[in-house]
Amino acid sequence: MKKRNFVVSLMALLLIAALGACAGGKSSEDKSSAGDQPTYGGSVVVGVQQDIDSLDPHKAKAAGTKEILFNIFEGLLKTDVNGKLTCAVAKDYSVSEDGLTYTFTLRDGVKFHNGNLVTAEDVKYSLERASGLLDGTALVSSLATLESVTVIDEHTVQVKTGSANLELIYSFTTAIIPKGSGEAEGSDPIGTGPFSYVSYKPQEGLVLKKNADYWQEGLPYLDEVKFKIINSADTALMELKGHSIDLYSYLTDSQAEELKNDYQILAAPSDVVQALFFNNAAAPFDNILVRQAVCYALDKDRANDFVTGGNSRIISSAMLPTLKDYYVDLNDTYGTGANIEKAKELLTQAGYADGLEFTIDVPSNYEAHVQTAEVVAEQLKDAGINAKINLIEWNSWLSDVYADRKYQATVCGITSDMTPSYLLVRFQTDSSKNFINFASKEYDETYQKASASLKMDEKTELYKQAQKILVDDAASAFIQVPPITIAMNKDLGGYQFYPIYVQDMSTVYFKK
Amino acid sequence: MKYLVKKLATLILTLFLVSVLAFLAFQIIPGDVVTSILGTEATPEQAQQLREELGLNKPPLVRYISWAGNVLKGNFGNSYRYSKNMNQMMPVSELIGDKLPVTLSLAFLSMIFIAVIAIPLGVFWARSKNRVLDVILNVGTQTAMAVPSFFLGVLVTYFFGILLRWFSPGRYVSYEKDFWGFVGYLIFPAISVAIPKIAMTARFLRNSMLTEMHADYVRTAYSKGATERQVAYGHVLRNAMMPVVTFLGMIIAEIVAGSIVVEQVFGLPGIGKLLISSISTRDFPVVEILILYITFVVIVVYFLVDVLYRVIDPRISTK
Repeated sequence: MKKRNFVVSLMALLLIAALGACAGGKSSEDKSSAGDQPTYGGSVVVGVQQDIDSLDPHKAKAAGTKEILFNIFEGLLKTDVNGKLTCAVAKDYSVSEDGLTYTFTLRDGVKFHNGNLVTAEDVKYSLERASGLLDGTALVSSLATLESVTVIDEHTVQVKTGSANLELIYSFTTAIIPKGSGEAEGSDPIGTGPFSYVSYKPQEGLVLKKNADYWQEGLPYLDEVKFKIINSADTALMELKGHSIDLYSYLTDSQAEELKNDYQILAAPSDVVQALFFNNAAAPFDNILVRQAVCYALDKDRANDFVTGGNSRIISSAMLPTLKDYYVDLNDTYGTGANIEKAKELLTQAGYADGLEFTIDVPSNYEAHVQTAEVVAEQLKDAGINAKINLIEWNSWLSDVYADRKYQATVCGITSDMTPSYLLVRFQTDSSKNFINFASKEYDETYQKASASLKMDEKTELYKQAQKILVDDAASAFIQVPPITIAMNKDLGGYQFYPIYVQDMSTVYFKK
Repeated sequence: MKYLVKKLATLILTLFLVSVLAFLAFQIIPGDVVTSILGTEATPEQAQQLREELGLNKPPLVRYISWAGNVLKGNFGNSYRYSKNMNQMMPVSELIGDKLPVTLSLAFLSMIFIAVIAIPLGVFWARSKNRVLDVILNVGTQTAMAVPSFFLGVLVTYFFGILLRWFSPGRYVSYEKDFWGFVGYLIFPAISVAIPKIAMTARFLRNSMLTEMHADYVRTAYSKGATERQVAYGHVLRNAMMPVVTFLGMIIAEIVAGSIVVEQVFGLPGIGKLLISSISTRDFPVVEILILYITFVVIVVYFLVDVLYRVIDPRISTK
């Protein structure tokens, strides 16, 4: 009992620390280029690659949609540029000692885009709708453990959860929408974010306008933001050269090179873990020696140099280095360059002395993955490994490789959010997202202990252990976190990168 | 009358067969709209729930019959992929209705270019006795025919858009907002569509005219005392146009059905672009209607070509 108390108080301490971060309020704007005076007004066209999958913030699944909706909707809390939580619709919150009750105090005077003040009833409705308390289906699965949402008074909402989980707090970034709006026939999206919705046309894009009542004073700068959907990277390049778009992200290295005279080129680490994933249940990768051999033979440095001009962060396991607390560098295990001798030795042991052959399925629409696969296939030849590249259409990849797991190896990326569990949960034996068929009892136990732990340092340690198991068992050959490279109109300033996949237009402005 | 009934029956039968084939194709290709929407975040429960919402859990035959029944009633259903607002999906008719004017305008403009340039060029070429000019036109049209229109699109964008700055690639304006701006933006895509077709049509017309020049009626006309000019325009052209009309019909069908690649290159939100993205996201209701539309256009244009024959050459109907 005594021990438990200790655990709980430690957790409370941590949460107070989190609260402190939250009370700090508005994130300080980081004006990267000094001397650029921001001005108000103006309209900007942002090129995006994917069409949106839903205008409903609780139903939107695609990262490409959330990236845009971030400007329209906000939760009680919001992720800041450092990946930390800050308060948004809430101005304060506290968590009970047992971690089961969350109490949020609402910020005064936050208005929806329709002019109405945000009430505790709206918050209750939004959380109940997202968590499935309203109709049984949890639209936001991480909120599924919620048991009740109670309005204490007009400024206070209390949320009870069935099981304590330190990472649940990140789910309160779920959008707050006006009561009933999710069900009302034909309603346009209404949130509290810096921009409000104007119009959407499939395949063309989304138009947003400034929310003059935005609670963060001085933001946003721009009057209008148009997100324009451009499916092909080649078309995007043409349009950038014709100056029809002001901002475009996910440029390849060579595209950035072509544009550097006309645009500001900015780069930051992305939220994508790129790897050569092995199907751990299919020959030849059901043999740990083969997996390890490929890990040794793999030249990550070369992939980094060729594909992203050396701007990637080389990784060893499934964790983003930007999640600093949880990341552990295990690159010593197999090295970042190619260790051909060791690879050949292991292959001989595994019975592939005459050489190994396998196929890498790669989704053809992801230029960076295709290029990485090509470099890897070429480079593995040195170790007598003959990898054939098979380009497949994205939807076929999703169905054959990801869902049905009929493949030998694939190069692709998995994206993360700010919680460490997000990347690691999928490698549990029974996880429906475990498309590499990784099976390790030790891993399952470690992960479950970690996610259930209410003690931060213990949790951190266990997550690091889980990463080590992935590396030791050579679950896959994790390669790199490629950078996000954006091209931005030279007249613009104030762009901020987030560790998650969002395009925050509220801080962007035209320079004087 | 009997002719019309026969044509109509062919149209209906073809549309039916095409819709069945498209449906079957969708059963065979891997992945469905659910995998497309959920991506790598899919859990089996979520996927199941979404399939039920969209009615994809029912057996294929049941789905086809209910879909076809709705289409017959004029209800084209909703897109699986595109939203209209927060809680409604975009009706297919609205989605296509919005994109159709773009493709039709592009087709119309290209046809104008083709008609205005190719026919005079063909006649001029046929009458020209200049060897050098003949070689130039021969090589020129051969080249123009060989270049695929998407590549031509890229060249046109680069040359006129980026080097000469005559237009801004990607700065497409909607026809609802600014009609003349819209037409202005369409000029360069229309040129890209038209160039290879102009070359083909001009060659075709020239060859057709040269063949006709040797016909008996030409000798008769000359012996009547008609000038070369009168012979060329009054007699030969009319006869030489016969195969060209068929050819133009094919071109119209091809362009109206969606200048798929050119739309991609110029970022035009027409039905060609819609078709490609709907196939890749497995948006079945949209793809099905688009394919039916394309089939419909092709059949109807061929029918009109048939009718036009009878106008140009009354001998056909008396046969």
